[in-house]
Amino acid sequence: MPITDTKPRADVADRFVPKASPETRPFWDGTAAGELRIQSCTDCDRPFFYPRSSCPRCGGEALEWITCSGRASLYSYVISQRPAPGFEPPTVIAVVELEEGPRMMTNIVGVPPEPQFLPLDLPLQVTFEQRGDLAIPVFEPSESEVAR
Amino acid sequence: MRDDVVILGAAETEEVGRLPETSTLELHVQSARRALADAGLGLHQIDGIATVSTGGPGPVAVAHALGITPTYVDGTSVGGSSFLFHVRHAVAAIRAGHATAVLITHGESGRSRVGAAPWARQPDSSMAQFEMPYGVLGPPTTFTIPALRFLQETGNTLEHLAEVAVAQRRWSSRNSRAMYRDEVTVDEVLGARMVAWPFTLLMCCLVTDGGGALVVTSREFAEAHGSDLPLVNVAGTGEAATTPMVSQMEDMSTCRQFTLSSQAAFREAGMGPSDIDHLMIYDAFAHVPLYGLEDMGFVGRGESGAFVAEGNTSPGGSLPMNTNGGGLSYTHTGMYGMFAIQESVRQLRGQAEAQVDDVETSLVLGNGGMFMSAATLVLTRG
Ligand SMILES: [Zn+2]
Repeated sequence: MPITDTKPRADVADRFVPKASPETRPFWDGTAAGELRIQSCTDCDRPFFYPRSSCPRCGGEALEWITCSGRASLYSYVISQRPAPGFEPPTVIAVVELEEGPRMMTNIVGVPPEPQFLPLDLPLQVTFEQRGDLAIPVFEPSESEVAR
Repeated sequence: MRDDVVILGAAETEEVGRLPETSTLELHVQSARRALADAGLGLHQIDGIATVSTGGPGPVAVAHALGITPTYVDGTSVGGSSFLFHVRHAVAAIRAGHATAVLITHGESGRSRVGAAPWARQPDSSMAQFEMPYGVLGPPTTFTIPALRFLQETGNTLEHLAEVAVAQRRWSSRNSRAMYRDEVTVDEVLGARMVAWPFTLLMCCLVTDGGGALVVTSREFAEAHGSDLPLVNVAGTGEAATTPMVSQMEDMSTCRQFTLSSQAAFREAGMGPSDIDHLMIYDAFAHVPLYGLEDMGFVGRGESGAFVAEGNTSPGGSLPMNTNGGGLSYTHTGMYGMFAIQESVRQLRGQAEAQVDDVETSLVLGNGGMFMSAATLVLTRG
């Protein structure tokens, strides 16, 4: 880097690191193991996100953790030009729909942050970004898409 | 239509915009004094206080700063539409005999941050764990996320988003208190600095300082003790809430709480969209009025963009909307709902700068958080 280049560089280490709460701990244990784990209700057989102690659909408290396939599709997004700590814009801030049904906010990585590469419903695959003690789930276009 | 509870007093701070010499608490106090003067009431006649309880001084501090000892207190804090909730709750309290005259105040040093609480969230909260890690920086990068899905599902276009901003500048160009007053074109809106594609700066709300206050009381009390200004009936109200996180919206192409709160308000007022002369829709960003028009039934699904583009919401149009210039061009302290109510009251009283002819009915749709909560007021003249 030339010495005249004083532009601050984004450093992933500066990105916000959340803290697990007791009821979300299994989710974060999952991401640390390279898995996306969400809860499912054994009464109505519906998976849901975010982690909590009862089913948002039927109120059932008999819940189990399931491991997702990691496959998802692009539901909606913006391409942020605002410099968040640790991010060098443009940043794709998206909501993806997991193959199992629930949706979650995330970043889309591994693709140029431009609209023509980001059609809605684009097939995606989860990957994890290590941040502090936590592995943060982010998504990239699925391999079959990259191969096209 | 009920006409037993009225808005007797309504006023904003002397100025809105950049007020670096005025603290958050003082914005509440100043707007409260002006609303009391407008109502023709003294402090001793107020027995109820309402304002948001988080991120500001809260109802107890505001009442104490003014010298009021309230026996009805509402601190409902559900984002920028909280003041519409306060009106609804005040109506119920007055009908129940729990209060006689309720003062609802808003003050926010959104731009200058004088005496304002810092924005903070616990790192183990749901939002911190499941939204904040992704480089979101407040409303411009989160409230905006549903828009692309909305456009795709409804057939509305990017140009339609820009048309909302264009229409509102037509109104603010007629309003000397508005912060942005130069008319703009669709090309200028689309070509403005990009904030979060597809949103340019001109599709995003302002950040300002200011305040406003209302006095809500019974018609009987208003006629016996109040000023001679025209009364505004609170004919119908509604409220609803869905999710604290925008990522968990049930369907990003529609806002369910807009529908629920408006259906309740229409039902109570005994009216429907065709009865409304004037409309205020909380416009934090350019897509929100499009959701509001469709989700409240003013237009069919997918018709909102063309409706705005054809000039229906502009000066001279069939449904004048956001006639102060809205949050996009007039003012937006962070909790805009109070300013939307103020403009409806002005229009019904015939006091607005960009006055519409013969406004008998006005509807205010408030949004709270990022598609989190909503409240609706149907207001009528007299
Ligand atoms: Zn269930």
